[in-house]
Amino acid sequence: MAKLRTRKHKVVLSRSVGGDTGITILLTLLGIFMVLPMVYVISQSLKPLDELWMYPPRFLVKNPTPNNFRDLFRLMNDSWVPFSRYIFNTVLNAVGGTFGHLFLASMAAYALAKIKFPGSKLIFETIRTSLMFHSTVTAITSFMIMAAFKMIDTYWAIIIPAWGSTLGLYLMKQFMDTHVHDSVLESARLDGASELRTYWTIAMPMVKPAWLTLIVYSFQGLWNAGSSIYIYSEQYKSFNYAIGQITAGGIKRAGASAAATVLMMLVPIMVFVITQSNIIETMGSSGMKD
Amino acid sequence: MAQKTAKAKAVARKDMSYVQWILKEMRRNWVAYAMIAPYVIIFALFTIVPVVLSVVISFTDFNMLQWPNFVWLENYITLFFADDTFLLACKNTLIFAAIVGPVSYLLSFLVAWFINELSPKIRAIVTLIFYAPSISGQVYMIWGTLFSADSYGWVNATLMELGMINEPETWFRDADWVMPLCIVVALWTSLGTSFLSFIAGLQGVNRDMYEAGAVDGIKNRWQELWYITLPSMGPQLMFGAIMAITGAFGFGAVVNALAGFPSVDYAAHTIMHHLEDYGSQRYEVGYSSAIATVLFLIMIGANMIVKKLISKVGS
Repeated sequence: MAKLRTRKHKVVLSRSVGGDTGITILLTLLGIFMVLPMVYVISQSLKPLDELWMYPPRFLVKNPTPNNFRDLFRLMNDSWVPFSRYIFNTVLNAVGGTFGHLFLASMAAYALAKIKFPGSKLIFETIRTSLMFHSTVTAITSFMIMAAFKMIDTYWAIIIPAWGSTLGLYLMKQFMDTHVHDSVLESARLDGASELRTYWTIAMPMVKPAWLTLIVYSFQGLWNAGSSIYIYSEQYKSFNYAIGQITAGGIKRAGASAAATVLMMLVPIMVFVITQSNIIETMGSSGMKD
Repeated sequence: MAQKTAKAKAVARKDMSYVQWILKEMRRNWVAYAMIAPYVIIFALFTIVPVVLSVVISFTDFNMLQWPNFVWLENYITLFFADDTFLLACKNTLIFAAIVGPVSYLLSFLVAWFINELSPKIRAIVTLIFYAPSISGQVYMIWGTLFSADSYGWVNATLMELGMINEPETWFRDADWVMPLCIVVALWTSLGTSFLSFIAGLQGVNRDMYEAGAVDGIKNRWQELWYITLPSMGPQLMFGAIMAITGAFGFGAVVNALAGFPSVDYAAHTIMHHLEDYGSQRYEVGYSSAIATVLFLIMIGANMIVKKLISKVGS
């Protein structure tokens, strides 16, 4: 019989010291690989000009300064389309796309998970299969469809397709399958509540982690969206695209572009820190059965 | 009373034909159809219709200007027999996907497994460290600065300092280096959704099973992993695989940003780039639709194979 020993009051299997050390070393090496480029971006964004062009280059900043961020804001003020416009575009797309997706996808997920009707299996299978391919495959024909609806070069070209994205619906449906019990819904229906009411007042409050996850995923996708083939007017382009233009400015903007990257990454990272436990809980039911 | 109605219903169903019964069920559940309609219409319009349309257009010579003619398999014949760049793109895509997909999958699982026994607080911090690169937008651009082509680039300067090279390497502008480097960057950003799914799956494995396993003679963590953990995580492993495959085919943006378009000597040219080239730059929509259809089939095929493999885990 294997030896049992306790670790933090939980009974776990015997763990060899060699294995523990090996795993710790491997994990540390991988962690360093992951974190070094991030440290380098932050360090670059704080370097004064002479340190950015020092030879040999230093990895870490010696005399940190906020000048790059100041430069970035000056560059933003000088741009042809005001930067506030790019920020407005990104926020509008992210908020509009995310909330539309939240309502449409959660409503559909509820019906697919909790109402038995002819065709529900087929529809869910189709949606699930579409998780398997990347959206670039459909970019050109999507363009034609948007052109037919006169959506090209408007906010709708970004917002409406986001409403129909698949991962959010998939996670929501799986979570409802495991966390919303039929008996609770049954008693609400017996009390005469309509399906729409049951969905909104009973099921939705029970799946808070799932809709937080859906919001985070959708928001991240839209926040990080760069240039799009559906948008060509400068005044509809995204913040991320504009940041890319600063980065493309080459050598003299190295500091400002690092500062911009840091600003851009702060938002999704903070959102994830706040919602992490909810996302992990949602992922608990993300599994696929066959 | 209730029993009586149930009985009456059962009889009624037997009396109806299958079609009649389906129609009756559909009428009874009209609310469900109303609830899924808004989502399904948008999903169909921007996912299903484009795929179908793409397959249809791939048999034509559509170019956005003239009325299309059916040319049947001509686009496909050109692709496979006359377009050397496409064959190169196929090779590059398969190399990319065959490395990035499995490695990112294993990496996601191993890291999730390593951190599973850490305390919740530390686990949350380590999760953030590994997950952050995949959500931080264009932060991967920093690899271009680290590996910049002159001696001011940190990697070049360090290697020269150490005496390993005499001249600065051109990295992303060098046909021999661009692929391996893009693969490393793609891996760096690849601990995403599947990683989170694995963390959750590992947390969800029933603790009692580990104790029972210990009693039954499981000796070390590797046996525990193979006989208990993996079999109870089947669904997560499947979901993670699909996310990893989709991710492994979607690295085009990373290559564009770091290696430029087209990459040096087409060394990192993938099917995705070929598609963009013909679709959104040359407007040869018929031809690019054929490329898209081939890519679509490759993606679905890769998923089918992986599904087969994963259903064998732990059995």
